Amino acid sequence: MLARRIIPCLDVRDGKVVKGVQFRNHEVIGDIVPLAKAYAEQGADELVFYDITASSDGRVVDKSWVRRIAEVIDIPFCVAGGIKSVADAGLILEMGADKISVNSPALARPELISELEHSFGQQCVVIGIDSFFDQATGQYQVYQFTGDESRTQKTRWHTLDWVKRVQELGAGEIVLNCMNQDGVRQGYDLTQLQLIRKECKVPLIASGGAGAMQHFADVFQQADVDGALAASVFHKGIIPIPELKAFLVEHKLEIRP
Amino acid sequence: MSLVIVDTGCANISSVYCAFQRLGVDAKVSSDLTVIKNASRLLVPGVGAARQAMANLQQRDLIATLQQAEQPLLGICLGMQLLTDHSEEGDVDCLGLIPGQVKRMQVGDLRLPHMGWNTLQVQESAQHHPLLKGIGANDYVYFVHSFAVAPSDTTLARCHYGSDFAAVIGKGNKLGAQFHPERSGAVGARLLQNFLAFNG
Repeated sequence: MLARRIIPCLDVRDGKVVKGVQFRNHEVIGDIVPLAKAYAEQGADELVFYDITASSDGRVVDKSWVRRIAEVIDIPFCVAGGIKSVADAGLILEMGADKISVNSPALARPELISELEHSFGQQCVVIGIDSFFDQATGQYQVYQFTGDESRTQKTRWHTLDWVKRVQELGAGEIVLNCMNQDGVRQGYDLTQLQLIRKECKVPLIASGGAGAMQHFADVFQQADVDGALAASVFHKGIIPIPELKAFLVEHKLEIRP
Repeated sequence: MSLVIVDTGCANISSVYCAFQRLGVDAKVSSDLTVIKNASRLLVPGVGAARQAMANLQQRDLIATLQQAEQPLLGICLGMQLLTDHSEEGDVDCLGLIPGQVKRMQVGDLRLPHMGWNTLQVQESAQHHPLLKGIGANDYVYFVHSFAVAPSDTTLARCHYGSDFAAVIGKGNKLGAQFHPERSGAVGARLLQNFLAFNG
């Protein structure tokens, strides 16, 4: 049986792992390589590295840390941030990443998704979506440039429409980050994830809101997501991964021990 | 022992190279015919699409060399699929080293790609196969693919997703893994180690 995945997310800024609350006020958590190694050893199923500076400030970012991670860990990992072209993606994959995740550049130029799919195969192409529930309109709306508060902006896309579109273009996996829940540890946005799940025929990863072990059980059981991504609960040691996995096994979920 | 990772122009060469480094083996990455012919073991990596990968092999003039290789050879993921007769992905003839047809997975309502950790079921007949030494029933390994080879008498281990498919195949010293041993933790490392010790 295919196991549900537990995915620590490491936000990277200038080669360090950082974590903010609702995308703001980033604090340094530690160096990338020892953290990545520790998570692999604790039983993480996959790791995601988001270079949160890359898309928003437009500079060329040093990605040599990708190679250093590939050297030490023996589980899959995905790199996100600032990948604007097939060449950018090729470089990251050559350095040893298994997948690349694209967010703002895909919104700016959706055909990038097809180009990536043709060059590297669908399985390499992850689309990150930052979705915010606008209470005034009652709509889920896609945002971009969320790595930098001063540049974060609403796009013309409703989340559900964008989810459908990226699949048509060749996305192999979708990471849905529910911005209202991000960093506040009140649980995943089950309502939104259930809605998206119905239209998502590729693997769907929940992101934003994990605060307790029960939240993981809920998101797997109620929203049928393939993986659950979290950051602060892992970085701060609130939820140790081995305990989380034992808890989920007790809840009859298919989990790699 | 000289291990050569055949440079197929595909993207996961570094991760395979690093996996062997963790096992203490400094692999060569090469598309040079002489280097490949002189290797004691060959590894065919692969991420991408079959048609493109076969075109890359053609362009590097590697097809005949790989077809005539006498040393143990392990194909990983797309690299495994390239060892078979034909792939539906781009409708392309492959190397024809292990009988089999690569077809898009039929998974019903399940999601594709088949992405994540899934369990191996070692075939009864392959319990003592040297490539699977120390690898047991229900060990989890990491898969990322949408195409697969149906189980046959060259299947050493199966996996189930929607239906059964070949997770590990072998014929003589030609071997293949549909999953990514370089990304499958201790179980994957064990398979790579077994390959390094493989004597046909």
